[in-house]
Amino acid sequence: MKAIIQIGLKTGVLDPQGRTIARSLDHLGFKDVLAARQGKTIELDLKGDDKDAAQIAVKDMCEKLLANTVIEDYSIEIVD
Amino acid sequence: MKSAVIVFPASNCSRDAQVALEKITGRSVDMVWHEETTLPKVDFVVVPGGFSYGDYLRSGAIAARSPIVQDLVRKANNGLPVAGFCNGFQVLTESGLLPGALMRNKGLRFVCRPQKLNIVNKDTMFTAAYTHQDTITVPIAHFDGNYYADSTTLSKLKKNNQIVFTYEGNPNGSANDIAGITNEAGNVLGMMPHPERAIDPVHGGTDGLKLFRSVLESLR
Repeated sequence: MKAIIQIGLKTGVLDPQGRTIARSLDHLGFKDVLAARQGKTIELDLKGDDKDAAQIAVKDMCEKLLANTVIEDYSIEIVD
Repeated sequence: MKSAVIVFPASNCSRDAQVALEKITGRSVDMVWHEETTLPKVDFVVVPGGFSYGDYLRSGAIAARSPIVQDLVRKANNGLPVAGFCNGFQVLTESGLLPGALMRNKGLRFVCRPQKLNIVNKDTMFTAAYTHQDTITVPIAHFDGNYYADSTTLSKLKKNNQIVFTYEGNPNGSANDIAGITNEAGNVLGMMPHPERAIDPVHGGTDGLKLFRSVLESLR
């Protein structure tokens, strides 16, 4: 079982890296890009097969270490 | 005054902090490895600058969960004076001892230069000795120094006089030009600039000395 965690800056928190990426895409001629946000993905290999328990445990991991909830949001996906 | 400096893997200003503390106190300084679980009996602890754990995950994030920082948090919440400089400030926000977070500099560049600071609050145990100075110049050297806090937290910081230093000419995009803050109780200071790197004329300035002197005098 795996947990795939997406972490990104909260809406409203300025993301200078995302802004620079969007500007660079614009310079390359990709005129349909309105905005970019940069984040990170963390993949965890987990033992056991109880997805509900894993969801709860990974949420706890996000709150305690993986995300800084002052500035970041996260989403969790548990997959086989 | 007995003091200690916490040392993490890739701390690189722990020695500077040690020299500054020895110079001011005339006593040897306990250098405490991050895997220790209990701080020695000291009156003041510095969390030094550097790139603890290679800035993995987020600057200061892993250090803030190390065994020694759990003891530091307990003792700081009971009034132990603590100062974090640069990476130390990041560790203190990550540990929850100070509000807000330090994000990537707005200009996406590492900034490294002497920086003029306004002393906004001289009525703290870290700034009381700056009686005749309203500004100081100390080095900054950071990539993640862009202070962020939500508007409620920012108003609370201002209302409680927790903003101690602001930048003259904002180098990193910090909210309200914030360079250094204390906790509500006033015993924990975090700042991105490096007072420990401005304690000797050969550093190019000695404006950092009075910060350490303030702590020493407040504990007498």
